[in-house]
Amino acid sequence: MASIIEKLGNTDRRIIFILIALSVIIPVTTHLIFPNPVGAEPSRDMYEYVDALPEGCDVLMSFDYGPSTMPELHPMAIAITTHLMRKDINVVCMALWPEGASLAQEVMSNVADSLGKEQYEDGCNLGYKTGGAIMIVRLGSSMNAVFPTDRDNLPWDEIPMLEQISDLASFDLVITLSAGDPGVPAWVMMAGDRFGVPVGGGCTAVSAPQFYTYLQTGQMVGLLGGLKGAADYETLVGIQEGPAVEGMAPQSVAHLVIMLFIIIGNVAYFSEKKKKGGRE
Amino acid sequence: MRLIIPLAITFVSGMIMVLHFFVPHWPINIMGDNLQEWFMIVTAAAIFLGALNLMHVHFRKIKLKLKNWKYSPVTIIGFMAMFVAGLIYGVTSARPFDFMFMNMVAPMGSTMFSLLAFFVASAAFRAFRASNWRATLLLTSAFIVMLGQVPIGAMIWDKIPLAKVWLMTFPNTAGQRAVMIGAAMGVVSTSLRMIFGIERSYLGGTE
Repeated sequence: MASIIEKLGNTDRRIIFILIALSVIIPVTTHLIFPNPVGAEPSRDMYEYVDALPEGCDVLMSFDYGPSTMPELHPMAIAITTHLMRKDINVVCMALWPEGASLAQEVMSNVADSLGKEQYEDGCNLGYKTGGAIMIVRLGSSMNAVFPTDRDNLPWDEIPMLEQISDLASFDLVITLSAGDPGVPAWVMMAGDRFGVPVGGGCTAVSAPQFYTYLQTGQMVGLLGGLKGAADYETLVGIQEGPAVEGMAPQSVAHLVIMLFIIIGNVAYFSEKKKKGGRE
Repeated sequence: MRLIIPLAITFVSGMIMVLHFFVPHWPINIMGDNLQEWFMIVTAAAIFLGALNLMHVHFRKIKLKLKNWKYSPVTIIGFMAMFVAGLIYGVTSARPFDFMFMNMVAPMGSTMFSLLAFFVASAAFRAFRASNWRATLLLTSAFIVMLGQVPIGAMIWDKIPLAKVWLMTFPNTAGQRAVMIGAAMGVVSTSLRMIFGIERSYLGGTE
C-alpha cells in the first residue's frame, strides 16, 4: 500500500498533462452539458442592472482583452451585446487593448446580423486608442476629441447614433471586459468615481477576487467572473447552449481532476512524513 | 541642466495634473486636456518604438546566431505579414489583416493561454500541501471556490456555491482591500516623490 502511495506521489507530470487533456477533450467531444443554476452572484446583479435599463439609452462597451483570454471573455461579450441589442439599447464599443478593436468588431457584426440591427444606428465600433486610464479621463471631457472617427474611419459627426453623445457622462452604463491592465480598475477609478457613470463588467476568473471590493462599495453594478460568469449571463439571457454553458462541463471535470491530484499529492506527502517520523 | 530640465518638466506636468483634478476651470482644464493628449501621443510613439525594437532584437539574434535564433524568422515574418496587410488593405472587417487576426492570431493566443491549465495542475499536485493550519485553510478555501465556480459543485451539494460567494465576499474582500489600500498609498507616495524630485530613478543612472 505504502509503495502504491509513493508511486502515486511521484506521478510523472506527462500523465497529469494527459489526464487534464482528456478531462477537457471527452466532455467537449461527447457534448456533455451540465445544468447551470444561477444563484445570488454578481453576475445576476449585472444582468438585473442591464435588464432595468430603459430602451434607447446608450451603453459604452470597452473590449480590454486580447486573444489569449478570448475563451473566457468573448462569450461574455456576445451574451451582454445580445442582451443590450434585444432591449434596443445603443451599443458603442471601444478598446483599451489593441486587439480588442478587432474582437469588438467580430462580436458587433455577429450579434447585429443575428438580431437584424444596423451599424451606426444600433451599434458602432470606435476602435482602439492608447493611453489607458489617462485616455478615459480625456473621454470625460470630450469623446469626439479622442475618437474623431470610428474604426472604419467614418467621422464622428456622420454617425447618427452618436449625435447625443458628447462625453462619458452621456452614457447610462460603462461595461468593461477586462483581462488585465488597463481594465476594470481604470474604468472604476476614472469613469465611475470621477465622472459618476455606473460601471459593470467582466474579467477572467483569476482576476475576479480583486474586484469584489468594488462590488461591496457599489463602485461596480455587477461582475462576471470567468467562464462561470459568462455561463450565468448566457443562462439569464436565455442563450441556449452558448459557448460558456458548453464550457462548464469540461471545466467541471478539469477542476475535479486537479482536486484529485491535490488530494493524491497530500496523501503521498503525509505518508512520507509518517515514514520519516517512524524512522526518527 | 540635464538633470534640472527633466525634473522641472516632471514637476510642472505633475502639478498641472493634480490641479486639473481639483480645478476644472480655465486655464487648468485646457492645460490638463493638452497634457492628456500628449500622453496618448507619447504612448502611441512608444508602440512604434517597441515594434522597431522587436525587429532590431530578432535581426540581431539571427545575425549573431544567438540561442533559439531559429524562432526569430517566424516572429519577423509574422510581424511583417500583419504589418503589410494592415498597411495596404486597412484593418477593417473582411480584409486580410482581420482574416489573419481572427483565424491565426486569436486561436494561437488562446492556445498559449490554455497551456496554463496543464502547468497549474502539475504545480498544484507538487506544491499544494496541507503542511500547517494556514496551508490547510488555504487548501480548503481553494477546494470550495473551485467547486463553487463550476456547476458540478451545486450538483454535489447546493450550499457549495453559497459558501464560495461568502468566501469571495468577506474574507477575500477584506484581504484584497488591505492590499489595494497599501498599493494605493504606495502609488501616492511614489508619485509625490517623483513630482518633488526626490525619486529620480526614472531618469536613469544611480542618482
